[in-house]
Amino acid sequence: MKRILSWAAIAVGVVYFFLPLVGMLEFSLKMRRGEYSLDAYRSVMGDPQFQATFGYSVLMACLTIVFGVLVVVPTVFWVRLKLPRLRPFMEFITLLPLVIPPIVIVFGYIRLFNTSSWLPLTGSALGTDFLLMCGYAVLALPYMYRAVDTGLAAIDLRTLTEAAQSLGAGWITVLARVILPNVLVAVLSGAFLTFAIVIGEYVFAALLDRPAFGPYLVWAGGNKAYEPAALAVMTFALTWACMMLIQLATKFSKHTRMPH
Amino acid sequence: MAYLDLTALQKSFGANQVVKSFDLGVAKGEFVSLLGPSGCGKTTVLRMVAGFETPTVGAIKIDGQDVTHLRPNQRNIGMVFQAYALFPNLTVAQNVGFGLKIAGVSAAETAARVADMLALIGLPDMGARYPFQLSGGQQQRVALARALAPRPRVLLLDEPLSALDAKIRVSLRAEIRDIQRKLGITTIFVTHDQEEALSMSDRVVVMNGGRAEQVGAPFEIYNHPKTRFVAQFVGTLNTLDAIVIDPAGGEVTVQGQPLRLPQPIAALRGATVGLALRPEVVHLEADTAQISRGDFALPARIAAVQFLGAVIRVKAETAAGEISLDLFNRPDAPPPPLGAEVALRFRGQDVIVLA
Repeated sequence: MKRILSWAAIAVGVVYFFLPLVGMLEFSLKMRRGEYSLDAYRSVMGDPQFQATFGYSVLMACLTIVFGVLVVVPTVFWVRLKLPRLRPFMEFITLLPLVIPPIVIVFGYIRLFNTSSWLPLTGSALGTDFLLMCGYAVLALPYMYRAVDTGLAAIDLRTLTEAAQSLGAGWITVLARVILPNVLVAVLSGAFLTFAIVIGEYVFAALLDRPAFGPYLVWAGGNKAYEPAALAVMTFALTWACMMLIQLATKFSKHTRMPH
Repeated sequence: MAYLDLTALQKSFGANQVVKSFDLGVAKGEFVSLLGPSGCGKTTVLRMVAGFETPTVGAIKIDGQDVTHLRPNQRNIGMVFQAYALFPNLTVAQNVGFGLKIAGVSAAETAARVADMLALIGLPDMGARYPFQLSGGQQQRVALARALAPRPRVLLLDEPLSALDAKIRVSLRAEIRDIQRKLGITTIFVTHDQEEALSMSDRVVVMNGGRAEQVGAPFEIYNHPKTRFVAQFVGTLNTLDAIVIDPAGGEVTVQGQPLRLPQPIAALRGATVGLALRPEVVHLEADTAQISRGDFALPARIAAVQFLGAVIRVKAETAAGEISLDLFNRPDAPPPPLGAEVALRFRGQDVIVLA
């Protein structure tokens, strides 16, 4: 009886989760009357605005990942190695982006960095892009920080660092050749989560008026019929691909495999 | 002047002074062990030599060069850690060649040196393996090769055998000593295992409470401990109370029996002093009639017998307290039965007077 109930609960969960997705997928294939086709996908892919916004967001995601890794990895490394007492404070700081709504953060940015401020980043497209990247890095911080922190917790950070130092390595060499390669899987999982967040992000891009994929999704949703469903399916596929890549990265990191 | 010179080293962490005025000179090519219980400051001294801790007071010189304030990567010191600390993402060969790559040694020379090192540690065909594919003993040998590859001025070994099982530990300590002798590298070895320290070292530094209690050759440390702590920490020790009869003549009584010690005693007549005996200098006489006049013998009863293989450790109860003694195993002489009445005989010159 218990077994049946468990299976029933799983079935309800699966239906609840997958039915809307199946419905959306089916709808996205119904652009041509009376038959299933990929017309909606073709229409989306052929749209120059889609190509421009998607390309822009992919580029911003990559830059955000690089920026996030450069900021988070050395910070977590240093806190774990030299300032372990600051860890609760770091936990708190990195959780703030989950608590403070993005709209508050972006208005703060606009107030701080507008054209009449001491650092007028919003005065140029490049400056605004940089601001947007920083904003994305803040949004992804809770995920990137935790991923890297967990990765560093899994290695004997102090001894590996000291071993490398005793062999003549300076701090940058220690980070680049010893620490980063050994937390690469964790960094990659943080990177894929960052990618997924940046690709779908709307508030920052819309309020900073940048041609990103998030605002395009909203615009398409308001102006087209079948294409938004196709776009949603594609976004889901991209997110799942990211998650599968995390799994693959874990599986193929040969040096972390344990002996049988 | 010593090759490695530690002068008046002190180290405090907040209000806690971990190392209190530590001096040591190590000659070139010498193997010196720092031996002591947990918290005695031995690892802190090693970490100060490595550069991972900065002394609060004092100086560290290597070959005349003051390295006290140099960063660890500027000292050219090799270090082997208890937890192996091999880089998991690199193969054995890449691990061994890590220091050489950082030093900018050419690829060809690195490959040759790595091959030499792997041959030295007896793992010539393991270069392509990853650390997780090696046993603990193999990993520690690779860690030793990695530390030695850049030809460091000093080699530091921080309890490198502690994580290994007993049999590997014994074979590896002989191997480490052989390699150290072959390369003639100045080495400091930190351990809490007295057997390791005594069997491997040219000299042993027994540490307690952040100070060096005694520095000497293993034979000297074991047979002539200068302090009560050294006597009790190194080896097993039986202690007996004795009453001084003639301080200048070295005469005492134990349980009413006179005993002459080879040296004068720094105590007043009638005072009680502590005497110490190693288990191997106490002889067991099953037949008390065998004891000749003039021998010192305490009546005893066998309380416990531990068969350890080559050695049998016997515990006997006497009026002066429990005494342990070691007998060599002989197939024709079974261990004494529990409860047997025996006599324990020892000589005055084998007695250590505790300070």
